[in-house]
Amino acid sequence: MKAIFFREINSFFSSMIGFLAMGFFITITGLMLWFFPEYDILSYGYSTLESFFILAPILFLFIIPAITMRLFSEEKQMGTLEWLLTKPFSDSDILLGKYFASLFIVIVSLLPTLIYYFSIYQLGYPKGNIDNGGVIGSYFGLILLASTFCAIGLFCSSITSNQIVAFILAAVFSALFFWGFEMVSKFSSLEGSFDYFLKNLGISYHYDSISRGVLDTRDLIYFVSLTLFFLYLTHFQLEKRKV
Amino acid sequence: MSIEVRDLTKRYGEQLALNKISFQISKGAIVGFLGPNGAGKSTTMKILTGFIPQTAGVAKVAGFDTVEAPIEVKRRVGYLPESNPLYKDMYVKEYLHYVATIFQLPNPIAKVNEMIAMTGLAKEQDKKIHQLSKGYKQRVGIAQAIIHNPEVLILDEPTSGLDPNQLDEIRKLILKIGKEKTVLLSTHIMQEVEAMCDRVIIINKGGIVADNLTSNMRKMGIKEAIVVVEFSNKINLDELKKISNVQRIEQGNTNDYKLFLKDSNLDIRHEIFQMAVSHGWSILAMQMEERDLEGVFKELTNK
Repeated sequence: MKAIFFREINSFFSSMIGFLAMGFFITITGLMLWFFPEYDILSYGYSTLESFFILAPILFLFIIPAITMRLFSEEKQMGTLEWLLTKPFSDSDILLGKYFASLFIVIVSLLPTLIYYFSIYQLGYPKGNIDNGGVIGSYFGLILLASTFCAIGLFCSSITSNQIVAFILAAVFSALFFWGFEMVSKFSSLEGSFDYFLKNLGISYHYDSISRGVLDTRDLIYFVSLTLFFLYLTHFQLEKRKV
Repeated sequence: MSIEVRDLTKRYGEQLALNKISFQISKGAIVGFLGPNGAGKSTTMKILTGFIPQTAGVAKVAGFDTVEAPIEVKRRVGYLPESNPLYKDMYVKEYLHYVATIFQLPNPIAKVNEMIAMTGLAKEQDKKIHQLSKGYKQRVGIAQAIIHNPEVLILDEPTSGLDPNQLDEIRKLILKIGKEKTVLLSTHIMQEVEAMCDRVIIINKGGIVADNLTSNMRKMGIKEAIVVVEFSNKINLDELKKISNVQRIEQGNTNDYKLFLKDSNLDIRHEIFQMAVSHGWSILAMQMEERDLEGVFKELTNK
């Protein structure tokens, strides 16, 4: 697993995708939070990072599929997947090596945003007037969200040898899981107990709940099981050759 | 036994790709695996390397069962898949180093340098793989297959698409490596088997049609022997027919004749010479016609 993990990390940075993803994330969040009038924190006037945590999931919908799209598609397209599967690993070694490499890249690209936190910490009146619990919870929520999106992206990459297709599928699936269920639950004909159930299936409901700084085990279980579900599907996809 | 295959069967849905094939390869042999496209060569190799499992039967490599102990098998096999897939955006050194870490080799850097020297990649070692010519890519493919010093080497069409010079170099390299290892290589070129292998296994439509030493290859599937003889003048055909075991005679454009014999083990050149002497004919040329290898291949695989 270690060999795959390090090879993927290397490859992210030698093919520029890693730098591009990080650069894109930092540039867009930086511009939106500090530069463009009306949206920015300074004109909003409250010492809060809330707008960052609303913006970040939307950017993740593009960045994470871009990071995960090549993981299996490229190997399939070059024919190296067969080669890789004849090396002394189990299928899960390959799968997890690639998965953790993509998650690692996303977490690394989150690190520079800690500057935003320190800036607001300093700018608050009185100094340090910021909802620390909310920030910690929100970062935790973002990491959980990233781990789920990475699993979705990895799965989409494993079903096609075309990276563009993998990217689009991953973005669509991620968006569906993020907002789709909540959107559907808003149909008035579904009102009653069913709309609550549907909302509960969506990511945004659980993400919002964690962002408030309340870590509920139900939210944690939701993210972990959704992630495992997609990793399992990917594993199934790899094992399919054995049928 | 380095490779042991018993009643190996593989089915892809309805299609039967391998039908109960059995063979054994002893340690240190270089064996050619020959057959037309779609005969089941690659399928056999994919099973032996643990990429896919068989439907029925047993496959053992270096003493380990490919289904029960796939990791042990994979540690002991070097595999060059068909069309030699490589990470094109990696540097030669970087790629070989990656392979060395996959096998968790101690001192990977020394091992990579050893492979580069052995496969003659010294000049190309700092290039990216996609910049290499096909011949050099093939060397990289061979280097990755032998870096962990495997007991068994499985090469799926290692020479396809190379020009004659590259072909020669790759064959020499395989022969050099083959001195210490068991090698199973697939091809659809008979001459290649003759140039490199001790033994040949010919496979067609999922079954073994011939398994023999390479030295016996030209005789395989032959039912009759042919002697070609050329005289300086026209001779009496009826006299020639008197030689025993001659079935029929074909006359060529000039004074050359083809004599077809009943049995491939017969040789009547001595009798022809005696007859020529007694009749005063002078012989310009005479030889047993060797069957060309393509003919053998076609005969065995066209059923």
